[in-house]
Amino acid sequence: MDFNRAHVLEMEDIAFFKPQKRVALENCGLIDPESIEEYIAKDGYFALAKCVSEMTPGAVIEEITKSGLRGRGGAGFPTGTKWAFAAPEVADQKYVVCNADEGDPGAFMDRSVLEGDPHRVLEAMAIAGYAIGASQGFIYIRAEYPIAVERLRLAIRQAQELGVLGKNIFGSSFSFNIELRLGAGAFVCGEETALLASTEGRRGEPRPRPPFPAVSGLFEKPTVINNVETLANIPKIIRMGADWFSAMGTERSKGTKVFALAGKINNIGLIEVPMGTTLETVINEVGGGIQGGKKFKAAQIGGPSGGCLTSAHLGVAIDYESLTQAGAMMGSGGLIVMDEDTCMVDIARFFLEFTQEESCGKCPPCRIGTKRMLEILDKITTGNGTMEDLDHLETLAETIRDSSLCALGQTAPNPVLSTIKNFRDEYEAHILEKRCPSGVCLSLLSYTIDPEKCIGCGLCAKACPVEAISGVIKEPHSIDQSKCIKCGACMDTCKFSAISKK
Amino acid sequence: MEMVTVYIDGVEVKVPSDYTVLKAARKAGIKIPTLCYLKDVNQIGACRVCLVEIERARGLQASCVYPVSEGLKVHTRTAKVLSARKQVVELLLSNHPQECLTCSRSTNCELQTLAKDLGITDIPFVGEKNTYEVDLSSPSIVRDASKCILCRRCVSVCTQIQQVGVLGLINRGFDTTVGPPFKHGVGEVNCTNCGQCINVCPVGALKEVDHTERVWEALADPDKHVIVQTAPAVRAALGEEFGLPMGTPVTGRMVASLRRLGFDKVFDTNFTADLTIIEEGHEVIERLTTGGKLPVITSCSPGWVKFCEHFFPDLLENLSSAKSPQQMFGALAKSYYPETEKIDPKSVYSVSVMPCTAKKFECQRPEMEQAGTPDVDAVLTTRELGAMIRQAGIDFVNLPDEKADAPMGIGTGAADIFGATGGVMEAAIRTVYEVISGQPLPSLELAPVRGLEGVKEATLDVPNFGEVRVAVAHGLANAAKLMRVVQEGKKQYHFIEVMACPGGCVGGGGQPLVTSADRIALEEDYQAVRVKAIYAEDRGKTLRKSHENPAISEVYEKYLGKPLGEKSHHLLHTKYVARSKYNVPIPEQEKAESVK
Repeated sequence: MDFNRAHVLEMEDIAFFKPQKRVALENCGLIDPESIEEYIAKDGYFALAKCVSEMTPGAVIEEITKSGLRGRGGAGFPTGTKWAFAAPEVADQKYVVCNADEGDPGAFMDRSVLEGDPHRVLEAMAIAGYAIGASQGFIYIRAEYPIAVERLRLAIRQAQELGVLGKNIFGSSFSFNIELRLGAGAFVCGEETALLASTEGRRGEPRPRPPFPAVSGLFEKPTVINNVETLANIPKIIRMGADWFSAMGTERSKGTKVFALAGKINNIGLIEVPMGTTLETVINEVGGGIQGGKKFKAAQIGGPSGGCLTSAHLGVAIDYESLTQAGAMMGSGGLIVMDEDTCMVDIARFFLEFTQEESCGKCPPCRIGTKRMLEILDKITTGNGTMEDLDHLETLAETIRDSSLCALGQTAPNPVLSTIKNFRDEYEAHILEKRCPSGVCLSLLSYTIDPEKCIGCGLCAKACPVEAISGVIKEPHSIDQSKCIKCGACMDTCKFSAISKK
Repeated sequence: MEMVTVYIDGVEVKVPSDYTVLKAARKAGIKIPTLCYLKDVNQIGACRVCLVEIERARGLQASCVYPVSEGLKVHTRTAKVLSARKQVVELLLSNHPQECLTCSRSTNCELQTLAKDLGITDIPFVGEKNTYEVDLSSPSIVRDASKCILCRRCVSVCTQIQQVGVLGLINRGFDTTVGPPFKHGVGEVNCTNCGQCINVCPVGALKEVDHTERVWEALADPDKHVIVQTAPAVRAALGEEFGLPMGTPVTGRMVASLRRLGFDKVFDTNFTADLTIIEEGHEVIERLTTGGKLPVITSCSPGWVKFCEHFFPDLLENLSSAKSPQQMFGALAKSYYPETEKIDPKSVYSVSVMPCTAKKFECQRPEMEQAGTPDVDAVLTTRELGAMIRQAGIDFVNLPDEKADAPMGIGTGAADIFGATGGVMEAAIRTVYEVISGQPLPSLELAPVRGLEGVKEATLDVPNFGEVRVAVAHGLANAAKLMRVVQEGKKQYHFIEVMACPGGCVGGGGQPLVTSADRIALEEDYQAVRVKAIYAEDRGKTLRKSHENPAISEVYEKYLGKPLGEKSHHLLHTKYVARSKYNVPIPEQEKAESVK
């Protein structure tokens, strides 16, 4: 028999994988997440063993600090520094909390780690516990992740049975246990002080800092809160050393970052690239370019609180500083790619609607301010906006950014501010010309029949759900704009391209 | 306390290291505006009005919660700060009814004052407003959530200071509102009607149920014989309604103003406060000497009584069965008084003026009526009396002092001090000691039960009995703490006094409002200032023991017989009921929603 011995491609040979470097997602999809043995076979719990048997807590913190690892949940605070704040605090009890309240729409990197490699997070939490002197950990996870919850429960049980969690881990004097706390799906509970309130059983809403959780956190005890992806980096940093980790990335942003690639792009899904990879590489190489060969218009990075980057930013090497400088933010790593058919005013409205609904309601700038901003955007996208509204929108956005209590409110205006900055012409078209250049905002659209092209077949009139189209057969038809609901059914049925929208 | 140096608008100031920036700024002579902040009650940094710029801190920071640290540099009046504060208040106003002209808090509204101080002349933001139905379910408290600005002072006072917890946050984002759970009204849950929420509300979202209208009607009715009683704490605070300094006793002017309002007789709750001491005192003596249920716990605070009914039903037997002074007065007003005056009891309309909103509930309790008519027909708060005096155009400040009518207007110093925490205990001891021991009390003033400490204790050596251990709590959280001690049997007391409101009746939910700014300006707690007026009244009296009140001896001789006698039992004593958390079942619709 003649076998076709065609070469099976290596991961590196595939354009989608080539620029990627998997650290946090290393085991996802490769091991059975329900088997602690498979995790151990991939060097699992070796880092914890190394910590408790060979390293002092100070040395562990030193290693994490040296690695340059920064928080992957949004703000990018140096993880080692955070641990170093909590370590010297004197208290009868300290806590390690894992923030698994992933709430950005379309983001699922934490879910992937928790479902695909749960022990990695447990191991990292135990290491954090050893480093700061905590004996209890909590994972605050949204109840909407039932598989992740189930696998974490199983993983905790397995780890306890094997003695890598519990009393006197690896025969040392270090004891550590982990419990789950299920969140009810409020976006704001991803904010650390709101998360702590919710974990304690109170209404999930933030409080002003200081005091920071490292000093007074869960139940007013010193607490370290790390995001899932941050923790997923820890075991490997301990095993491979800080230098290995800091060799990846840019000067101030080390390692890799997972992004949830979504939108009008050919390859969607989770990607993990070294810090410093350009937006262009992400979109065109990893993402395989824009769908349907259309033009790239913008990328919303950092979730609903992030900002929009434009084609002018394609060359930007993605790291914490460069994104902030470009008016966006790393956030938890949502990356939504938009093509030329996207209306940027509508997009800003969409993201603001999300944060407005998710506001906890504690402080007026976020509670009322985002509502007023949304109302102004509604006015603009329905053709009722004025240039004065645009000024109000900008000043309001700045006030909300500067005066809100927590990061949710402080960053809620970002999509508006960045689209005004980068696509002011689109706002002005909506306001001054009552026109949506991308043809998205329904109130500003009208469907018309070209009498030159229309042969009077009547198909469109039949398709119209509101009987807005009239005409005599074999003669050009017309649309009654006062009845039209802009559903587009007529345009879809017309075989002669006689109907256009503008 | 360690001292740190901070720089506020360039002014160097040394403050203790536990100060907030707001407090340090006051010391530097800089007044930062506030809204949700209320000293000792609410410090949560929610309203974003007290924002300042702090060097090396991100964004603007709420000065009411930001701790000072060595070398901290703060800027309180930069363009950014001023603009942010103004816009925050403009946003609040954009979701506010703006019915200032007809609002009960007009000219006394902290939001109104703030808007003026910040120079707000128009509201640039227009949009949807939250509107809610006014909650009229309670006999004491009216809630208009449409006016609420979500400062959460009421939530803090209800959950922390009073530990009742019927007010909380509901919904989120723009739809956030404050209220009892499951969309119940405050009258449908375990609210104690203490009215502390009204006292702390900066706007007109909370007020008492109005009784002025029915009193005006009664006064205008020629067939009604309208009599009035005034509680001890009213005279210690009524002057504030007319701009007199806090702590000015105004007993004489109060009596004069009531006469001018047209009351047929102006009596005094002090009379029945003395009567309460006699009845309750004898109850204590009886229980002490015959092995009755101990400790005896006072029952003159209706907020406390309802709290006990909801939260400590197992201790109801410990409550003194003696009615409160208001209700003892009411009972006599519809029996003893018309009988001795030879008038038709049905024509008597009995009004009380109270520092209290829970009294409006108390007078409606089914136990508090005779033959279907309530003993007390209307309860005015101190604030409502102030409003009536203003409506009648009476120049309160310049009124002459007048004396209350006899016999039910006569009271002793022991009755005066009922208005302060520890006062009922002190008054009771003045009588109980002398009745048991047959000797005069060596010192009338019992220092350990005075003052604003949450729970106070004292031990007295009473000849012919021995040691009597007493305790006093004010504010319901303190009461709960003390009751748990009793429940667990950790300490054995003979007699306990509880008042629902912090500071006692002087701090009652019906008293003149003390704004946040006024509380900050005072060197001490406002309750302590009012208490001084109460103790001054006591000291100024020759009769300072309830059993020395001649009008009391007369009422026993002519009518009641003896303390704890049959007539007393019928008219002056009552019973209590255990209550659950909700007065009504959860609506079906809500149940269905919660299942979903």
